[in-house]
Amino acid sequence: MTTRLPKKDVVIIGLGWTGSIMANELTGEGLEVVAIERGPWRDAPTDFPPTYMQDELRYRVRHELFLRPEQLTFTFRNKMDQTALPIRSWGAFMPPNGVGGGGVHWNAEMWRFLPSDFVLKTHLTERYGASFLPDDMTIQDWGITYDELEPFYDRFEYLCGTSGTAGNLRGQIMEGGNPFEGSRSRPYPTPAQAQPFSHTLFGKAARELGYKPFPQPSGNLSQAYTNPLGMKMGPCTYCGFCEWFGCSNYSKASPQTTILPYLVRKPNFTARDNSEVIRINLDRSGKRATGVTFVDTSGETWEQPADLVILSAYTLFNVQLLLHSKIGRPYDPVAGTGTVGRNYTHQTISTVNGFFDPKKFNFNPFIASGAIGMCIDEFNGDNFDHGPHGFVGGGYMGQVQTGARPIESTLVPPGTPKWGAAWKSAVKENYLSTVKPGTGVHGSFYAYKDIYLDLDPTYSDRFGRPLMRITMDLKENELKQNRFLTDKFAEIIKAMGASKLDVQYRKGPYDITTYQTTHLNGGAVMGSDPTTSVINRYLQSWDVPNLFVLGASAFPQNAGYNPTLTVGALAFWAATAIRTKYLKSPGRLVDA
Amino acid sequence: MKRDSQFEFCRRQLLLAGAAYFVLGASHSGATVIYDHLPWTPNAGNPPPPATLGPWHFFTGDEGRTVEALADRIIPPDPDTPGGKDSGCAVFLDRQLAGPYGRQDGLYLRPPFLKGARNQGHQSDKGPAQQYREALAALTKSCRAKFGGKAFSDLSDADKDRVLEDLEKGKLELDGADGKAFFDQLVKDLQTGFFADPIYGGNRDMVAWKMIGYPGARYNYLDWINRHNEKFPLPPVSLTGRAEWTRAER
Ligand SMILES: Cc1cc2nc3c(=O)[nH]c(=O)nc-3n(C[C@H](O)[C@H](O)[C@H](O)COP(=O)(O)OP(=O)(O)OC[C@H]3O[C@@H](n4cnc5c(N)ncnc54)[C@H](O)[C@@H]3O)c2cc1C
Ligand code: SF4
Repeated sequence: MTTRLPKKDVVIIGLGWTGSIMANELTGEGLEVVAIERGPWRDAPTDFPPTYMQDELRYRVRHELFLRPEQLTFTFRNKMDQTALPIRSWGAFMPPNGVGGGGVHWNAEMWRFLPSDFVLKTHLTERYGASFLPDDMTIQDWGITYDELEPFYDRFEYLCGTSGTAGNLRGQIMEGGNPFEGSRSRPYPTPAQAQPFSHTLFGKAARELGYKPFPQPSGNLSQAYTNPLGMKMGPCTYCGFCEWFGCSNYSKASPQTTILPYLVRKPNFTARDNSEVIRINLDRSGKRATGVTFVDTSGETWEQPADLVILSAYTLFNVQLLLHSKIGRPYDPVAGTGTVGRNYTHQTISTVNGFFDPKKFNFNPFIASGAIGMCIDEFNGDNFDHGPHGFVGGGYMGQVQTGARPIESTLVPPGTPKWGAAWKSAVKENYLSTVKPGTGVHGSFYAYKDIYLDLDPTYSDRFGRPLMRITMDLKENELKQNRFLTDKFAEIIKAMGASKLDVQYRKGPYDITTYQTTHLNGGAVMGSDPTTSVINRYLQSWDVPNLFVLGASAFPQNAGYNPTLTVGALAFWAATAIRTKYLKSPGRLVDA
Repeated sequence: MKRDSQFEFCRRQLLLAGAAYFVLGASHSGATVIYDHLPWTPNAGNPPPPATLGPWHFFTGDEGRTVEALADRIIPPDPDTPGGKDSGCAVFLDRQLAGPYGRQDGLYLRPPFLKGARNQGHQSDKGPAQQYREALAALTKSCRAKFGGKAFSDLSDADKDRVLEDLEKGKLELDGADGKAFFDQLVKDLQTGFFADPIYGGNRDMVAWKMIGYPGARYNYLDWINRHNEKFPLPPVSLTGRAEWTRAER
């Protein structure tokens, strides 16, 4: 039995980063908005208070704040001729769940993409010629430029209070910032965070090698900040329990700290938690969404009618809901037709651990924040000549160590036994003098013909719907890119004074069991051509114009940066298009 | 059997292990409609319940002895720091196996269970609890056959280490269990217990944290962020503070 609820102007699927931004923008227009969130309401006093939040076993190892695969998971294979098997427990990535989405437990590393990233296909073809790109690579331009997005990058940074040092202020290169970044209209809202010892050493070593190191832009705030909505955030205390954890301190930018307390007080906003949307409903023409159907945790089914549907459920769930709702044409890599599920990508991550002489170095590595770090950008995007190297893409790299929680951060130098007396004494000896950058090399991941999402023929979820199938591998281009970047990174760690290095290249095949990042992209990409994109440049569905799809599912391929600043900027950009264009005359904003 | 009765569903413990469960209809997991104000309720927090001391929850007496012996070879005692046994790593593993981790709570367990590539992840309806049970039995059997009827815990340290090395190298096949996979999981689980907060039963009196110089569940290093290459002077604290503040001895 389905209970039909009174109609709203807008229904939002998922109250994470993008859902919160959109809810706030559209309630600002006077619309009646309801947001439906799969997981529970979450806040600092209840879910991650300072009395017991610092619990590595609970939050990191058993990942308390995340979705349970029992509720929903995916199947995975490397190649099209393999049988995909279900991801029974999370590994390569960790899907968020609950109000605030990934914003609750992200690091808050807040990067802008390069101007050339948005016109990638055009840029690379012009510079290197089309034959430089692998045959099966399906990269494309975004249909939007950096300059168009800049004001919205700025808005998201000022919403979050982002701490950083500008590198390019209105076209002028600034000392101490990232000289490769696109021009920004304003400095960062707050100055960069202070840096612990090892991060500072990385900066020094990089400078001496001729690079231009700069502090990583951070949503862990260097000082108190009041955002444009009047939300007040406190300074980060470098507690070292940031990513995987919620911030008890109101210092990490999240929907909870930057939007929700303001949004909830608006009379035209309602949220429903513990309610999973299972379908976007269409009218008989199939061209108009009529609302959504959701099931709450007691098993009851509800229908929420609405004039406008915002799909903001995170990359994988966005694509999965489009497939289950039969919106758009599923991608078929053999026939080369369809778009939904096409150009799925991840991030090419690797690291180098450095072991230093404990008599000379004490890093107090537990003192850090989620987005701390000194980085260089010389090897990102097309900031260097790829001609001699035979690959495209790149990434930033840096000492971005976020703490030293001991279950994960008790490393021993290569060659040490993994257990026993020798292991134990090596752990004791090295803990305070080891550099463990984590995602030290943060490389791009470009799109390929046979890396995609579709529905699995065998496995199903608790409603009997097919699971979504991930076909994903690391291609030679990404592996080459990673070898090149990791070697450069190792040189810097060595120059810091490390006596031993543990160089951990990213190797193929893609492994679903080891965590890389939760930067999943594509599958419902934006663009200017409906035969190669699911949504137009305003994130509006080509097929169902009263549906907008937010999130990194829109990325045609992934750049060598973390996604969320771009994801948030695109949400503001889409909201502005809805406010200024769509509401005046609801319908397609771009002619197909 | 005793161990099965330990599989009772205690909501608090479930939440502790991260099951914000869609199948359970208790306060925090019930669907709510939120408007007008933040939905804060007093005492709605969910602190972890401490692992209780006392008899095994999951292991039989023999299994417990074996795991303590394993723990003391994987993390051997030394003059400064106790080993796996005295630091409580076997107790930690026992409580974990008796709880959601052992049961694979929250994991996707729908069939079919097919054998796949290693990089497709664990594909079995057997959870860690059952796997440990089988592997420990197989280990005992193997030791008894090789060492004149002796169980693992009765072997000399050198023989114990030889068994472990063989398991690690995949040279020792266990009857009906993957010896190498068991070894990797065992090392990982015991070392996890050694470094986890003492509230879970291992790392007793924060011995592991004292050993490495980790100050524990602190929350504010603002005064220390700019003090470089200087040793942080404060001793560790755990989620329950320090043992000497709360009880005379453990
Ligand atoms: C550990 C970790 C660290 C990260 N660190 C960084 C970082 O440093 N920098 C960075 O840029 N990015 C980082 N990310 C990624 C970042 O969290 C995401 O990019 C961001 O949250 C995406 O925003 P979103 O709105 O698309 O999705 P989310 O914020 O995840 O929100 C989606 C919401 O939709 C809900 N939902 C899903 N399906 C349904 C459904 N069917 N019905 C109802 N609700 C549904 C989910 O529960 C979720 O709350 C990190 C992620 C993780 C997991
Ligand atoms: S590191 Fe800073 S922002 Fe992150 S959880 Fe700790 S106090 Fe909060």
